Amino acid sequence: MAVIKCPNCGAETEPTSAGILSVCPQCQHDLRDEAEKQMREARKERAKTIARDDSVTTHEYIVRTKGLKKEYRMGEEIVHALRGVDLDVRRGEYLSIMGPSGSGKSTLFNMVGGLDKPSSGTCFIEEVDMAQLDAFELAWLRCRKLGYIFQTFNLIPVMTALENVTLPMIFAGMSTDEMMDRGRELLDLVGLGERLHHKPYELSGGQQQRVAVARSLANAPAIILADEPTGNLDLQTGREIIDLLKELNMESGVTIISATHDLKMIDVSDRVVHIRDGQVERVEKRADLKLEIGTMGEH
Amino acid sequence: MDVKKLAQLASEGQAGTEIQKLIALPWADAFRISLRNVTLRIGRAAITAAGIILGIAFLMSVLTSKVAQEGIDRSEANKFSHSVETIQSVDQGTPESKKEADDAKAQRAGKQDWLVVMSLLVCGVGITNSMLMSVTERFREIGTMKCLGALDGFIVRLFLIESALLGFIGSIVGVLIGHLFILLSVCIKSGFSTPAKMDWKEMGFYILISLVVGTLLSLLAAIIPARAAARMPAAAALSTEV
Repeated sequence: MAVIKCPNCGAETEPTSAGILSVCPQCQHDLRDEAEKQMREARKERAKTIARDDSVTTHEYIVRTKGLKKEYRMGEEIVHALRGVDLDVRRGEYLSIMGPSGSGKSTLFNMVGGLDKPSSGTCFIEEVDMAQLDAFELAWLRCRKLGYIFQTFNLIPVMTALENVTLPMIFAGMSTDEMMDRGRELLDLVGLGERLHHKPYELSGGQQQRVAVARSLANAPAIILADEPTGNLDLQTGREIIDLLKELNMESGVTIISATHDLKMIDVSDRVVHIRDGQVERVEKRADLKLEIGTMGEH
Repeated sequence: MDVKKLAQLASEGQAGTEIQKLIALPWADAFRISLRNVTLRIGRAAITAAGIILGIAFLMSVLTSKVAQEGIDRSEANKFSHSVETIQSVDQGTPESKKEADDAKAQRAGKQDWLVVMSLLVCGVGITNSMLMSVTERFREIGTMKCLGALDGFIVRLFLIESALLGFIGSIVGVLIGHLFILLSVCIKSGFSTPAKMDWKEMGFYILISLVVGTLLSLLAAIIPARAAARMPAAAALSTEV
């Protein structure tokens, strides 16, 4: 991390190796806000660069798949859900996976999310081969590095909104006080501060999905995986969720991978991967898409 | 909605170099979640518990009537020995006939033991079935928990705590029902002085045994369904339609 300039006395200080610097050694001014601001700026800048620039170095790929294949046995028949998918996802990217139902996009989503094992091929998350992980490491990865959002919200029905959001924090070993504070704050920020103790069935679809978004952020993941997040929502609410995800992506630089066939998603995606018959049909960049949408509008 | 703040919160911890390598489900939290599952799915819980209540009530009724019968026999024997001292002439059966009566009693007790074991087995199968159903209807929930970072062991733990709770509560109710019912019927049949003749130390021991048997039975019955649920791959668990 870069040096932090004290807004009070102007002294520039190098943060400690852990990246923590709370007070200015010169004038004892509280530097936490300043440090956070700088960190955010840096991340935002990086996200913008990634969105613009194609020439990012290879280690900036957060997810890579190589020759991913998945076969299911359905009675006598063998169904090829994926027939060798090579996909690289950049850090901080907003990627949409599109395709008709049965195209294998949910299967791909499951592989990337570590929910299912491929028949052959490899999937790397942050240079770690998922196939090499044991159950404990996989759980750790899901808990700390990945956040999931589902079409059917998948909140735990017997738990309140707050308990749903704090559940991943329990798994992560957070202390109760810290957990409650963070949970409250997250829910407050998605606009559900008044409904902390409501059960999922007492919330509307949009509200449930917002609880799910808050839950996916519980342990500050590097990647948010969203499987048809707008599939069960009306247009307006779907739009809100998409905007929320996009802004999160822009502000915090979290990578978002979303399986969808919602066309509204195209607007906000950096890249769109089209899947057909278990293969990548084509990859579109946002710039090209904008052009397409523009020409369509002129008819 | 303050997305800027949210984003900041979302990225907290990402920058930290210190990685806490820990996945945990403390017992207190597990207990709280399980208790919630029992109280909020009270209908399902009641059905599972009913199996235990019936089984334990039967076990308890057999044990209570045994203790009561022993108490009555003992007081009869005391009375008899007193009367033997006063009326010497009365001949109350030869040693052979006494042995025969003992044999018949032992046979009856054996049959009763067999019945108790059978009823507990049937009750165990019932609980397994009920737990299997309750696990099946929660596949999606299990898949979600796995996505959030739950280990297989957490899922098993949650279900085992739940079934132990149900087993314990069901056993208490079963003990109460079986005990009070038999006590009442004995009182009506042999007079209300019977409870005083009973060996309450022995009775207390049997009550404890019944509670332990009920809880263990329910726990054992839940192991297979819980393990099956926990071993399911997350993707498969999530995509189940129930």
